[in-house]
Amino acid sequence: MRPDEVTNMAHGNAAAGHGDHHRPPKGVMRWLTTTNHKDIGTMYLVFSLAMFLIGGVMALLIRAELFQPGLQLVDPGFYNQLTTVHALVMVFGAVMPATVGLANWMIPLQIGAADMALPRMNLFSFWLLFFAFVLLISTFFVPGGAPAAGWTLYPPLVLQTGNAFPMAIFAIHLMGASSIMGAINVIVTIVNMRAPGMTLLKMPLFSWSWLITAYLLIAVMPVFAGGVTMLLTDYYFHTSFFNAAGGGDPVLFQHVFWFFGHPEVYIMILPAFGIVSEIIPTFSRKPIFGYEAMVYAIASIAFLSFIVWAHHMFTVGMPLAGQLFFTLSTMLIAVPTGVKVFNWTTTMWRGSLSFEPPMLFALAFLFLFTIGGFSGLMLAIVPADFQYHDTYFVVAHFHYVLVPGAVFGIMAAVYYWLPKWTGHMYDMNIAKWHFWLTAIFVNVLFFPQHFLGLAGMQRRIPDYPTQFTDWNMVSSIGGFGFGLSQLLFVWLIIRCVKGGQRATAGVWDWPHGLEWTVPSPAPYHTFEKSPELH
Amino acid sequence: MAQDKQTGQYYFPHGSRLPFFGSASLFVLMAGAAATLNGASIGVWVLGVGFLLLCALFFFWFGEVIRENQAGALFYARQLSVPWLGGDGAKAVTGLLWPDFEASWPSNGPGALSPRDNGSYEIIPAFGLPAINTALLLTSGLTITIAHHAMKMGNRGMLKIFLALTFLLGFTFLGVQAHEYGEAYREHGLQLGTGIYGSTFFMLTGFHGLHVTVGAIMLVVIWLRCMKGHFTPHQHFAFEAVAWYWHFVDVVWLGLCRGSASSWQALHRDRRQYRRGQDRADAIPVPALRHQAVLRAKRPESLPRGLLR
Amino acid sequence: MSIVKRNSKLPAAAGALAALTTVPARADWSLLNMPKGVSELSRDIYDMHMIMLWICLAIAVVTFGAMIYAMIRFRKSRGAVADTKLLHNARLEAAWTIVPTIILIGMAIPSVDKLIKIEDMSGSKLTIKVTGYQWYWHYEYLGRGVSFYSRLARSSDLARQRGSGIDPNTVDNYLLEVDKPLVVPTGTKIRLLLTANDVIHAWWVPDFGMKRDAIPGFMNEMWVSVDADKPGTYRGKCAELCGADHGFMPIVVVAMPPAEFEAWLAQQELRQ
Ligand code: HEA
Ligand code: HEA
Ligand code: CUA
Ligand SMILES: [Cu+2]
Repeated sequence: MRPDEVTNMAHGNAAAGHGDHHRPPKGVMRWLTTTNHKDIGTMYLVFSLAMFLIGGVMALLIRAELFQPGLQLVDPGFYNQLTTVHALVMVFGAVMPATVGLANWMIPLQIGAADMALPRMNLFSFWLLFFAFVLLISTFFVPGGAPAAGWTLYPPLVLQTGNAFPMAIFAIHLMGASSIMGAINVIVTIVNMRAPGMTLLKMPLFSWSWLITAYLLIAVMPVFAGGVTMLLTDYYFHTSFFNAAGGGDPVLFQHVFWFFGHPEVYIMILPAFGIVSEIIPTFSRKPIFGYEAMVYAIASIAFLSFIVWAHHMFTVGMPLAGQLFFTLSTMLIAVPTGVKVFNWTTTMWRGSLSFEPPMLFALAFLFLFTIGGFSGLMLAIVPADFQYHDTYFVVAHFHYVLVPGAVFGIMAAVYYWLPKWTGHMYDMNIAKWHFWLTAIFVNVLFFPQHFLGLAGMQRRIPDYPTQFTDWNMVSSIGGFGFGLSQLLFVWLIIRCVKGGQRATAGVWDWPHGLEWTVPSPAPYHTFEKSPELH
Repeated sequence: MAQDKQTGQYYFPHGSRLPFFGSASLFVLMAGAAATLNGASIGVWVLGVGFLLLCALFFFWFGEVIRENQAGALFYARQLSVPWLGGDGAKAVTGLLWPDFEASWPSNGPGALSPRDNGSYEIIPAFGLPAINTALLLTSGLTITIAHHAMKMGNRGMLKIFLALTFLLGFTFLGVQAHEYGEAYREHGLQLGTGIYGSTFFMLTGFHGLHVTVGAIMLVVIWLRCMKGHFTPHQHFAFEAVAWYWHFVDVVWLGLCRGSASSWQALHRDRRQYRRGQDRADAIPVPALRHQAVLRAKRPESLPRGLLR
Repeated sequence: MSIVKRNSKLPAAAGALAALTTVPARADWSLLNMPKGVSELSRDIYDMHMIMLWICLAIAVVTFGAMIYAMIRFRKSRGAVADTKLLHNARLEAAWTIVPTIILIGMAIPSVDKLIKIEDMSGSKLTIKVTGYQWYWHYEYLGRGVSFYSRLARSSDLARQRGSGIDPNTVDNYLLEVDKPLVVPTGTKIRLLLTANDVIHAWWVPDFGMKRDAIPGFMNEMWVSVDADKPGTYRGKCAELCGADHGFMPIVVVAMPPAEFEAWLAQQELRQ
């Protein structure tokens, strides 16, 4: 709804009854004790940025080692630790918390709620996450080093981990608990606390995407936690779940892992879909095309994501019927995803487009995610996957959907809502520089990996036959370019927090939604009295 | 946060130190557990401290929630739905992934782990003690329902008696289970390490037992709160929540029982097959074997053993 | 991976820009795509790969074309005015649900008969049991009493050590050479039984078009058949993370005409 459709706004002014909301305490105690959704959202976002830098530094170490054949910087064992922790940090530390941070900030603002439904639990889930990563990253310093079996943690290899083993597993338990709490919070908030008149089918698509993501999280995190617990008992308590000698099966873990792992990748991308669905209408100055189809598409993607997991395991030797089933179900996901891509395109059609930084990132998302989707489709075809599997073609695929997909979505969201958070406009020139450098280098970084994979370079190796040298060099150069470009992003955010031109409530030309009706920066408490919508 | 029916206002809890405190204590607990598993001698102490901190956390957290609740804030999460629960997909999945699956696996574990010399073990039948336990748990489901009715009728005497009966049944269940575990370990040669049957049996029933313990403790707390008169016939969400949990624990047990009964039958059947399979052990390279699933299921002997340790 | 090792003339530490600008010009196009390979299966797979690539490219041209057109045509700076009434179009939406579904099913169908062929192990003339170890392979010609281990060649092993001072570019078939290659007859359907002794490995020779996991405690099967007219040396590697030296357990297969192969096998039998 447009800002002028909203009446009866009450933010900031204390409401009756429990009106004694003091200002937050000063200093560090504010962050340790706050139950305010905006504070917690900020903490999530800052944490995520820090993790992105840490995971990125590991990625750059990987790329530096792969710059040329031969081992120059790290030992093979340490290389495996780097890839494993790089992936865990990026997935669980950077992308997921970023979307949770956005959910915390924006869902109450979008649906006209005063806060998240369960504020204390909200804070709990943040600090659990923090300590989970303290535990995980400290594994680098224990005997035997960090886990090195890949982020997929396949047994029996993962059972060769040193002292890091229980630490990593407990860290995963903490992350899981944190995610489940966060997800419950989102669901309870959206189900119970929408402003009067905000029916589900009027809800902004970002909130919708998160509602469905939250259900995915609740469904699969316990499965993952259960799987790693079985690893733990196999390691320490002589059980045989994944040990053939006792009647178990290592492949069982792969089924458990991917039953979690595949929905997990949609947990990372669905919020990005939601973000893009907010941004493209704003900068096309026209409402989203096919709103309901968008909602149904997210829901069907979520549903389908539960029945495709074994496409990660085509080479383990599944029966024919299984292989065909998983090929077909996987390919079906392209249909609702296609609906989304086409609806975004049609939203731009006969629009009035302008290209501010959020829109630039959203457009890059549109192109590059689709490329990643196409390579995913190729991977889904079984006989062909026999060749692609475990090569850099897969690495290229998932970085295309994750970096210019999920990460670009998050960056677009930051550029979109940063003025609302800080009350200042950021430097558009730096933002555009950041965009162009990032968009160019991300392709230099990941596109050649398609070639490497097709030509036969497997993933998870620190050293390679010499014919792969050239494209690896290109990719590494792209990686360093990409990494350096992110310094602009960090600098821009710091400057924008410190000051800048004041932002109006609407910020953009064609603001659309409740969040643009409150002043910028959004006051500490908003919507203490529900807004009324026509 | 909760909404006041009359004014449409929400109640905010104030800032709280508990979440940070809770996360930190879980961190201590897990670091301690990891250190213990890795054989560090201070591990147990850290673990103990973590556990105490966690207990303190529960105490404070629930205390605060109860205080707020008494002060009139209504907590609810009733609209949370879990539509994906229910539905038995297991069969379909097995059929798809391993159409020729026959459960003729070596299920007695990496031999040496059983206390018996030949590594054999007996399995826990679904009748006898387990049947008694099932009856105990089912009865407790009944008593808590009676207690709930009493609560709604305002009959506090009945409420207290039947609630107490419920957790007593729960603790008895746990006692019987502990006894059964002891027998399994000492007499049946069935341990956590005796192959996939032992692993599955103890993990499933053990985690269930853990939930029963938690549920029984929650019942005690609710009982104490009933004694203090915290609830009214119309306002007793905490009671209902615990009752749900208790029914959940109950239902899961029925599932486990059914599962273990059928696996008991399966095991008896499969052991015969397994023996048959042994006679064919040297037949590995026969090209007639069509399918890796068959290969896997039928030829355990070709396996290199003792892979993990 | 092709048989021929490509000699990189560029010193390993070439400057950033130099690499970027010279690579496309010097590119060896075989390094951009999947090898066609030397077996029926690998050619089948290559064909499927190319079909999908073209389909995806065609769809990309259409969708990206529409996006780019919209971005140029409907710019605010060109005075475009938004048509805020364009919210639904049932026909269009139905079309872009149904058409992709049909395309997808069309893409999936060719995989069915290929898969059936791949999973059909019947009619093999020779069975070789392949066992993965950390970090080498063991091959056993079942029923023929010949078996041996196959490890990374010494020259590569020396050069790959950190700080060895040996430039990998000077080593022949760096990381793709073993001490004792697997020898197979051409024009023969060979069944491989795959298993492992410690952790999961995967046996993969790109030119044969197949990859399958070797799982401790279980037997997996696959078959390969090298074209009768393509004897030669084919190289692959372990393709499942198996620990520190996962990158250093190559596979080398020498395919020779059946007669030569029988002679080789007889000689091996004598030796063992
Ligand atoms: C955000 C994360 C994300 C997303 C969104 C996806 C999306 C998809 N992925 Fe991907 N995937 C990963 C993350 C992701 N993936 C990761 C991390 C791995 C590796 C894990 C590991 O091993 O470590 C992986 C691995 C992986 C594999 C296993 C490869 C292997 O190991 O051998 C497969 C195989 O089927 C696959 C398929 C797909 C498909 C079909 C989609 C589809 O959802 C894509 C759908 C989108 C489109 C198709 C484009 C838009 C559509 C149109 C324009 C419509 C018209 C199109 C047609 C009709 C063709 N993925
Ligand atoms: C969301 C998830 C995510 C993200 C964002 C990324 C981001 C990146 N990834 Fe990652 N990656 C994974 C998920 C992700 N990755 C997963 C799941 C795997 C599989 C792991 C496995 O096999 O188990 C993987 C594996 C993986 C590999 C394969 C390793 C192997 O198989 O051997 C490589 C190699 O190039 C790689 C590279 C990169 C690079 C260069 C980036 C870049 O985008 C990172 C850019 C960010 C920065 C660089 C940080 C910001 C900048 C600074 C801190 C300033 C300092 C900079 C300089 C001094 C230059 N990743
Ligand atoms: Cu063996 Cu990788
Ligand atoms: Cu997947």
